[in-house]
Amino acid sequence: MTVVFEKTKGLTDVQTHYCPGCTHGIVHRLVGEALEELGVLDKAIGVAPVGCAVLAYNYFNCDMHEAAHGRAPAVATGIKRVRPENFVFTYQGDGDLASIGTAEIVHVAHRGEKISTIFINNAIYGMTGGQMAPTTLIGQKATTAPLGRDEAHSGKPIKMSELLATIDGAKFVERVTVTTPGHVRKAKKAIKECFKLQIEGKGFGIVEVLSTCPTNWGLTPEESLRWLEENMIPYYPLGSFKRPKEDD
Amino acid sequence: MAKARGRVIFEEDLCKGCGLCVSVCPTKIISLDNSTINAKGYHPAIVIEMDKCIGCANCAMMCPDVVITVERY
Ligand SMILES: Cc1ncc(C[n+]2csc(CCOP(=O)(O)OP(=O)(O)O)c2C)c(N)n1
Ligand code: SF4
Ligand code: SF4
Ligand code: SF4
Ligand SMILES: [Mg+2]
Repeated sequence: MTVVFEKTKGLTDVQTHYCPGCTHGIVHRLVGEALEELGVLDKAIGVAPVGCAVLAYNYFNCDMHEAAHGRAPAVATGIKRVRPENFVFTYQGDGDLASIGTAEIVHVAHRGEKISTIFINNAIYGMTGGQMAPTTLIGQKATTAPLGRDEAHSGKPIKMSELLATIDGAKFVERVTVTTPGHVRKAKKAIKECFKLQIEGKGFGIVEVLSTCPTNWGLTPEESLRWLEENMIPYYPLGSFKRPKEDD
Repeated sequence: MAKARGRVIFEEDLCKGCGLCVSVCPTKIISLDNSTINAKGYHPAIVIEMDKCIGCANCAMMCPDVVITVERY
């Protein structure tokens, strides 16, 4: 008998507060596994966001810091500069990273800070009850866009991976999802690659994970996965936008 | 009868009854037990025909609450 899957030491035994079927939980697990497998759990310091992942500091089995809304990259910058020997990551939602914290994420990439970011794009403000995010799709309903997002009024959804990939200091940019076991495995590979970049001291890395919010989307967990595949992936293509070059 | 190659252990009281594991099991042996309610207040996922499990870990890959341990023989 061999154990082919068991809970990673990268997560604590605290039960999460996430809604049933919310993919935040899957991504937490992948991050915990990556930290454990890369042997950096003992020296990892994570920075939690404001958003549904606000309590992430209870779930990751490493040192954690909480940041004000959108400011995780700034807090992580401070930690990494004072303690360069530590492994520093942020975990942020789309309201956090692509709205109130846009300046912080752009400049962390611009400065080429040697930190890693996990970006959960669920096209909505989950925690506060389903308001429109900059990532909400055209036509997608939100409490602040009851008829669906209107391009003439709110513009088109922002593509953060594409934007950040244009910045020289960002050395690793990839968009993944977790809608099938195969995608989950690919997402884990991307997270590990991204984390390795920091271990090798090569600069800023980010993995954007297209994620679900069954509660605010008004769908079952499984319907949410299918909605994501049918609506989000065509607008937010999966894949690698940037890998370190030979001379990086 | 299919040869048993895998076994799954669900930590029942951690399950939120989301059904994601049910939807990805290739042998369709996972179901939500509508006859019980666990400590969290959900109908937990259960496997009845364990001998049909192939130990593929698809269920564990999709479980947001890390409820499942998978063994292979
Ligand atoms: C300075 C500040 N402004 C606004 C809020 C209210 N607020 C809390 S969470 C949130 C949005 C979170 O959305 P997102 O980052 O997408 O995370 P999700 O919950 O979807 O994972 C907002 C606007 C706040 N806490 N602090
Ligand atoms: S509100 Fe949405 S993002 Fe937040 S835990 Fe629930 S399903 Fe997940
Ligand atoms: S390991 Fe595979 S076959 Fe066994 S219960 Fe899980 S999904 Fe089904
Ligand atoms: S995926 Fe996990 S939480 Fe959801 S029903 Fe299955 S065991 Fe329960
Ligand atoms: Mg969000």
